[in-house]
Amino acid sequence: MTLNQLTAHEVVNLIKKKKITAYEVMQDIFNQIDKVDNLIKAFLIINREEALRQAKEIDAKVKNGEELPPLAGIAVAIKDIIATQGTETTCGSKILKGFIPPYNATVINKLREAGAIIIGKTNMDEFAMGSSTENSAFGPTYNPWDLERVPGGSSGGSAAAVAADEAIVALGTDTGGSIRQPASFCGIVGLKPTYGRVSRYGLIAYASSLDQIGPITKDVTDCALIMKVISGHDNMDSTSVNLEVPDYLKYCQAGIKDLKIGVPMEYFIEGIDPEVKSALNRTLKIFEKLGANIEETSLPHTEYSLPTYYLIAIAEASSNLARYDGVQYGYRVEDYEDLSSMYQKTRSEGFGSEVKRRIMLGTYALSSGYYDAYYLKAQKVRTLIKEDFDKAFSKYDILIAPTSPTPAFKLNEKVSNSLTMYLSDIYTNPINLAGIPAISINCGYSKSNLPIGLQIIGKHFGEGTILRAAFNFEQNNDVEKKKPSIKSAKHKEATE
Amino acid sequence: MKEEVVIGLEIHIQLMTKAKMFCHCSTDYIGKEPNTNTCPVCLGLPGSLPVLNKKVLEFAIRTAVALNCKINQVSRFHRKNYFYPDLPKAYQISQYDTPLGVNGYMEISLPESKEKRKIRITRVHIEEDAGKLVHEGDITSSPYSLVDYNRCGIPLAEIVTEPDFSSPEEARIFLVKLRSIVQHLGVCDGNMEEGSMRCDANISLKDAKTSALGTKVEIKNMNSFKAVKKALQFEVDRQKKLLDEGGKIIQETRHWDESKNITVSMRSKEEAHDYRYFPEPDLLPLKVDLKMIDEIRKNLPELPEARRKRFIKDYQIPEYDAEILTSSKALGDYYEKAASSYSNRKVLSNWIMGELLRNLNEEKKEIEYSPISSENLVGMLNLIDKGVISGKMAKDIFEKMFKTGKDASQIVKESGITQITDENELFKVVDKVINENPKSVDDFNQGKEKALNYLVGQVMRYTKGRAKPDFVFEAIKQRIKE
Repeated sequence: MTLNQLTAHEVVNLIKKKKITAYEVMQDIFNQIDKVDNLIKAFLIINREEALRQAKEIDAKVKNGEELPPLAGIAVAIKDIIATQGTETTCGSKILKGFIPPYNATVINKLREAGAIIIGKTNMDEFAMGSSTENSAFGPTYNPWDLERVPGGSSGGSAAAVAADEAIVALGTDTGGSIRQPASFCGIVGLKPTYGRVSRYGLIAYASSLDQIGPITKDVTDCALIMKVISGHDNMDSTSVNLEVPDYLKYCQAGIKDLKIGVPMEYFIEGIDPEVKSALNRTLKIFEKLGANIEETSLPHTEYSLPTYYLIAIAEASSNLARYDGVQYGYRVEDYEDLSSMYQKTRSEGFGSEVKRRIMLGTYALSSGYYDAYYLKAQKVRTLIKEDFDKAFSKYDILIAPTSPTPAFKLNEKVSNSLTMYLSDIYTNPINLAGIPAISINCGYSKSNLPIGLQIIGKHFGEGTILRAAFNFEQNNDVEKKKPSIKSAKHKEATE
Repeated sequence: MKEEVVIGLEIHIQLMTKAKMFCHCSTDYIGKEPNTNTCPVCLGLPGSLPVLNKKVLEFAIRTAVALNCKINQVSRFHRKNYFYPDLPKAYQISQYDTPLGVNGYMEISLPESKEKRKIRITRVHIEEDAGKLVHEGDITSSPYSLVDYNRCGIPLAEIVTEPDFSSPEEARIFLVKLRSIVQHLGVCDGNMEEGSMRCDANISLKDAKTSALGTKVEIKNMNSFKAVKKALQFEVDRQKKLLDEGGKIIQETRHWDESKNITVSMRSKEEAHDYRYFPEPDLLPLKVDLKMIDEIRKNLPELPEARRKRFIKDYQIPEYDAEILTSSKALGDYYEKAASSYSNRKVLSNWIMGELLRNLNEEKKEIEYSPISSENLVGMLNLIDKGVISGKMAKDIFEKMFKTGKDASQIVKESGITQITDENELFKVVDKVINENPKSVDDFNQGKEKALNYLVGQVMRYTKGRAKPDFVFEAIKQRIKE
């Protein structure tokens, strides 16, 4: 076993005990990247020299007997939508090619202060618009479990990097499922925090009222560890909430006897893969065995989530992405006649087709005469969806549902039909509309050895409870945890 | 058809907070190297987020309260979306359907009719300023545009009136008073030339008989009080002429061209922007508690209206003088400072409203930059009172003071121009004039009083105005009798 396969809490402990050095871990990380990233293509940028230098610094601290910060020496991959000072940040888009932020996102500063080492920036659907990482201007990322399949999206690069042991942990962002769905497709853990729990400063906005940054990790303990570090109020983000950050690791330790679990029936109807359904049913039995009370419940407005989510997301996106106009930074066409032609050509050439589709639809939805029928109505439905969850949480501590209706699908399978692609997020986007937290954790595998994700949904700022439920499940899951065997098609043929 | 003029104003004032509206950059941007007074937030760099500067809220509430507005306890920010290179986020954070202040009013006095008029204030809201495009030479001939983002994010309060003005002059009077109010509040310096106070107007003609409203035209780019009056008058005439000729007024935005003294069409209604307003998701709803509003109301400084009344009462000057002297904060301060050490307040106000304002206007200078300090003005008036200089001499000395910034006694000393107080010297001149003008002396002896004036004038001519007129008068009479 190589050190890159360890979890963050294992690495931290072993470094503290002087069993391993941060430098050794980092070397194994880069060896793995060199070995597999030409197949996975999780990374857009790799900070090798700087990461190795920082690893040496950590080791010097260990040597000098200094106290180590909580994430000392942990190799973190960062989704390329989070601003990193001095390192190109593209959002997977041609229009931001060459953009080097002069500032760090708040989460980056927090990770750095905690001793974490940023090893690189990961691939994603352009501006987080997509569910497969196929919409990146720099080519797709491949699922480590099956290289013909997508890793999910939009945080596909971060999820694939963690699943393939190219990083110890990663940060993703989740606007409608972009952390949880790829975590599910890649067989790992991903948490979307309560809106306002983690600062969005430096998160390049897709849909401001839905976006959150969250951890993508190999296990629940790591997830709790990262959450503790990145959460909290930030003076630079007015929407971040000033509420104490609990010790999530401690929460995990408690049992779940008498935990009240609701299972929303709307999440198990048409479109769900039978293998996903049966994996979920098996999962519920485990929770039952652990002493939880499980009841079927209803979130009656679920069927309106998808159109509501898309209306709000694209409306906000049309405004958020208007700044990419070729004036100040990023891509600008060379030939143009006047200001409006510079705008048109720059944006036509700089954005990919899915981004342009959403900008145009969002612009339409906000236009005078249509605002009430679309955006305003969507906001009203959003309130109804929130109320569904409020009602459910007056009875239950958590809700359990699948993360996605299917395991990872094949590349190009859904590219031509946006609507079927959108359905991949049908179980995740209501959570963003309600602003509540949810975690996706692997609960088993399909017959063709593809991971299946379980989603645990909590109340506002109920991260502790969903981490506890996830941790208890993880410790008691009767399906053995697997690692992907990253094989190219050629390789596969040879071994089969 | 007989038409009535209908005008409404939209005024933007830059709030003089120390920091910008949503970041820590300074608001002191004028004259700074382009793009140095910026940060990721005001540059709208990807991932940056706005955080409201609480002082902006305080300044805006102060303004709204002074304009008798009702303060919305919960208001919100909206995004106003449009593309322009000086707008780095491609949207302006502004307020839309729930502005900070609503339903206010301001009273103006119209000197010609001696009438008081209540102008209704529709709303007061806060928003961020944009940057500026810079061109080499003229915008039409420059091959490219440069952008200076230093002004981005400067806090603005937008004040919108109801269409309550029935002439361009009324609009001008309102603006002068509004400027004085915001100056007294300490929220804005009110400098229209430098753009810290900007005014747009809506203007239409109403059928006086049927009261049917005409089509509204928006006028932009009026950079002084004078420009506002001229542009609106031009527009009244243009619209009247157009209607008289059987033409139709189209709804459009027109630009005041100061060099040509005309308005020119910028864009029609069809070309108007659809700003696609929607609530700003990066900012929480703006909550103002009643305590804060009360606190601000209680601590409002003296406003021009109250100051004017106090001037009339305390300094015993006419209403007209008080109105002018309180038309700007600095002018009022100048007068009060001088009045504190000079007791003839009417003489003081005459000099300020006459000589001083005339000279300042000619030089296009604000009172803040007056070369004659209030102390120096009082010093000069004291020289007159002591008889060292005459009123007529004082006018020349005043001009010299204005040009050089020196005080009156220094100028008197340097040029040697003082009144001749030596009586023997004066009698010599009087004798000379009597000898040279026997005819006038005869006339006087025959009862022609006017002849005496002529003789006095001759003495003044010889003494270059340095003689005391009443002394000369008496001296001539005495000598002729002798």
